[in-house]
Amino acid sequence: MIRVNGLVKDYGVRRALHDISFDANQGEIVGFLGPNGAGKTTTMRILTGYMPPTDGEAVVAGYDVVEESLEVRKRVGYLPETVPLYTEMSALEYLKFMADLRHIPNAEDRAYEVLEQVNLTDRANSFIGKFSKGMRQRIGLAQALIHRPEVLILDEPTIGLDPAQVVEIRNVIKEIGKDRTVLLSTHILSEAQQICDRVLIINKGSIVAEDTPENLQSRLVGSQRVVLRVRGDADGLDNTIKKIKGTRGIEVKGADTVEFEFSSGQDIRPQVAKAVIQAGYELIELRPVGMSLEEIFLELTQDDSSD
Amino acid sequence: MRNIWTIAKREYDLYFITPIAYIVAFVILLVLGFLFWIILQNSIQIVAYGSTSVPDTSILSEWFVILLMFGCPALTMRLLAEETKTGTIELLLTAPVRDFELIFGKWLGSFLFIFTILVATLIYPVILNRLVTPGIDWQLVLSNYLGMMLVAASFLALGVGVSAVFSNQIAAYFIAFFICIGLLIFIGIPSRFLAAGGGFFDYISMGTHFYNAFNSGRVQLSDIIYYVSLISLGLFTATVAIETRRWN
Repeated sequence: MIRVNGLVKDYGVRRALHDISFDANQGEIVGFLGPNGAGKTTTMRILTGYMPPTDGEAVVAGYDVVEESLEVRKRVGYLPETVPLYTEMSALEYLKFMADLRHIPNAEDRAYEVLEQVNLTDRANSFIGKFSKGMRQRIGLAQALIHRPEVLILDEPTIGLDPAQVVEIRNVIKEIGKDRTVLLSTHILSEAQQICDRVLIINKGSIVAEDTPENLQSRLVGSQRVVLRVRGDADGLDNTIKKIKGTRGIEVKGADTVEFEFSSGQDIRPQVAKAVIQAGYELIELRPVGMSLEEIFLELTQDDSSD
Repeated sequence: MRNIWTIAKREYDLYFITPIAYIVAFVILLVLGFLFWIILQNSIQIVAYGSTSVPDTSILSEWFVILLMFGCPALTMRLLAEETKTGTIELLLTAPVRDFELIFGKWLGSFLFIFTILVATLIYPVILNRLVTPGIDWQLVLSNYLGMMLVAASFLALGVGVSAVFSNQIAAYFIAFFICIGLLIFIGIPSRFLAAGGGFFDYISMGTHFYNAFNSGRVQLSDIIYYVSLISLGLFTATVAIETRRWN
């Protein structure tokens, strides 16, 4: 569990974090989004005990990050943005070293377990210096998992991975997120949409939005836009939809497609489906096309970024 | 304690795969081997003339300390500077390891490496003892070795302190080297010219606490305290540097 309350961080005269507050619960994957220099890494570094905040309070796994930093560090697994690796060590030696620092019994067995988790068992005895970027990223994730942490903090965990590896690592994160707390930062907004239960958008050291990806979309747009496609000709379909209460902005988008919108929080798709079928059309698709997370992200951060 | 040992062991093992450590070990053993050969030749000649005087091995420790002055900064320059440069310091500072344990472990690893070289040089007095009659003065040899260990421990601790402050390894080397040469040679010079206050420079000079003490067979508590103070200063500086980095 992570509880952050009024966190402030100053680097000299520059304020990097402005009074940020948020929670992340057990069994929750929280995505941390923001442009470069927004304060994501600073927040993560404070939560991992790497640096103290200037003001405010942060509690991780039940321990204060300043007063009980060592207890926090025992319970947190951390993958920094630049994966810190000893390139002269083999993957196994590196993980055993990290396991020893965390006093894990049967360090070698545990090292093999996490190597399997990140699909690197066959490279256990290879030197990290010879690893590709993707493999380095995976070994970095393995060290973050070695002590079965209660809280996992990952700074850009899938950067540099190929598509197959991205899927694998996302699955690992999802699995861990079932019973532990995961806070991850990412630039890949679709990633946040796919694996995060909740998203925090941070800009210039302040949290500008916090919600599930779906709620963020509807909150920001205020209405939900939907694509409706039928088999064959859609003649008169717009009139059918117009009769349903709550629909607006109806546009014919092709011979078989119509787009319309309705107010968020008032999902009328079932009524639309029923009406379309009753009117004799063969319904093929009824798909929401709300703002993507990318668009939301830009909407929330663009004004400040353009300063 | 376990963390200190884990870090020390990693550092110790790392020396055996880095060229700089082999260069330091090679130069020390080569120079001392050559000096030993000279001592051996003199001893054989002395024995040939029928003398039974004990050969003086302290020249080995005198040179060893001079070589340490060059070698120790080379061994310590990367200890924390490299961790900072490569970012692995973030890994260590977010692991459940106290700052002092990290510093002490780094220092211990480098000290164990020098200690290994020092143990290897024991072969010289052992051989000499077998070749001359009535043998060598083992009390003097042990005093020399204790002195060399303390000098090495001090140089390494000061080097660790410098390495924690600077992220540039070259800068870390030269600053540590100037501190070592200053303490061993230059800082004692004013004592020769100053009537008043000269004693202070004499006291803080490492030369006084080595050449006039351990290298002459005298083991005194005050000299040991001097070295322990230097070691503490180096390790304290390094710990403060790491803590300062956290807060900045």
